[in-house]
Amino acid sequence: MRIYADNAATTKMSRNAIDAMIPYMEEIYGNPSSLYEIGQKAKEALEDARARAAKVLNCEAREIYFTSGGSEADNQAIISAARIGEKKGKKHIISTAFEHHAVLHTLKKLEKEGFEIELLDVHSNGLVTAEQVAAAIREDTALVTIMYANNEIGTVQPIKEIGAVCREKKVLFHTDAVQAIGHVSVDAARDNIDMLSLSAHKFHGPKGVGILYAKKGIMLSNIIEGGAQERGKRAGTENLPGIAGMVKALEDATSDLDGYTARLTPLRDRLIAGLDEISYSELNGDREHRLPGTVNFCFEGIEGESLLLLLDDKGISASSGSACTSGSLDPSHVLLAIGRPHEVAHGSLRLSLSEDISEEEIDYLIKSVKEVVEYLRNMSPFWRDLVNGKRPHVFAE
Amino acid sequence: MALYSEKVMDHFRNPRNVGVIDNADGVGEVGNPVCGDIMKIYLKINDEQIIEDVKFETFGCGSAIASSSMATELIKGKPVSEALKLTNKAVTEALDGLPAHKIHCSVLAEEAIKKAVKDYYDQNGIAYDPKDFPEDHDCEHCMG
Repeated sequence: MRIYADNAATTKMSRNAIDAMIPYMEEIYGNPSSLYEIGQKAKEALEDARARAAKVLNCEAREIYFTSGGSEADNQAIISAARIGEKKGKKHIISTAFEHHAVLHTLKKLEKEGFEIELLDVHSNGLVTAEQVAAAIREDTALVTIMYANNEIGTVQPIKEIGAVCREKKVLFHTDAVQAIGHVSVDAARDNIDMLSLSAHKFHGPKGVGILYAKKGIMLSNIIEGGAQERGKRAGTENLPGIAGMVKALEDATSDLDGYTARLTPLRDRLIAGLDEISYSELNGDREHRLPGTVNFCFEGIEGESLLLLLDDKGISASSGSACTSGSLDPSHVLLAIGRPHEVAHGSLRLSLSEDISEEEIDYLIKSVKEVVEYLRNMSPFWRDLVNGKRPHVFAE
Repeated sequence: MALYSEKVMDHFRNPRNVGVIDNADGVGEVGNPVCGDIMKIYLKINDEQIIEDVKFETFGCGSAIASSSMATELIKGKPVSEALKLTNKAVTEALDGLPAHKIHCSVLAEEAIKKAVKDYYDQNGIAYDPKDFPEDHDCEHCMG
């Protein structure tokens, strides 16, 4: 059995998205900036895609900027807000400790420029509250940037409430919605969002293309200088095949979110219940406020990379927040942010499901993880010390 | 997986000499859970100072498990004096190489064996040159 359970990393492209791209590679390959017919046809397709994306996000077409993906959109949103803020002497930015690195590293850069970055606690359940945001906002706050859903543990933040707080206090609000779009309902107007980032390959669209939504009136700063594409805010000939594929995938992924949630949530909970049976293990992040397909566990006494390699041998593609899998020395900053000690953060596993997973496959995942955890624990001197009481357990049995 | 050589994957999937030796003549443990790897080596040594049996337990990544397995294979049946000469480089070469950021796993294997031999010498009152053995040290990058 082969199960791809790493959909938070990337997804398989849908046939619809692939089919939507092909005409813009074979027939309407003109440059949308050109005057002749296939250029103008490309321009029409581009603006059609923009209008359709705007409809999905419930915003205006002119508020949609096509980018190379989520990271670029995050960079541009944050840098733009910083530039707007500093002109008014506002150099305080609020975010959380478990944002994606596209956000955290951009904030780090601004910190070196003299911005004050305040990272809110995400608590042991992986959730930040609107009250925390309200308490942190100051006269000189330039931006609040908080992810819609966490990429590692899948917790979904109260974005609508946070957005309302920011709107009331007249502070710009950006959300990295890369993991949320196509999985939970996202609405720029309802959720009081000023700027939003998304990435096509997380919802069965192509890689290398994304969207920055920026509410009209927000003066964007260019990350890429050059031609006048994207209202002069993002230079470079538009990736029309990518954009066409993305917008088709976006429409498909958001067309029946209720059905998607109703189908996937019980399977996710079956997986959680099965993995909960493993002794000295714990689910990471809130049980309720989570994406329909994301499950993340820590297992005591084992290390994540060896777990992934043995699961791969059983046909399962998954990921881990272990230091060994990232090539860095520290385990996942997300798991550390929710208070997991290093030794259990090394033993983490993320399974992110796609909507076509079956009950039989869920049971195979549970069985396989149980087998591999037991096997690795049996050769682990760390586990032996835990069992013998030489080291203290972190989790309850 | 292209991350590791076939040798590494073979020793990871089918580790040699996994387990515990009760009443071992020498035991060495290195690493710590915060860093994400611990290796423990058990030695059975006969009167001729030959390593009759060796077992290991490892908490760690694929290359940590493979390095332990390979290291035990390289010293099994050898005189203690020869085991002491085992270098991390020899372990890495026997595994057809390790990715740069995993070399540290082969260092742990070398250190675990040295520590087990030192334990054997200490238990049996055998004199040795302390310079032959690495000092116990905290893992700088994790323990700060």
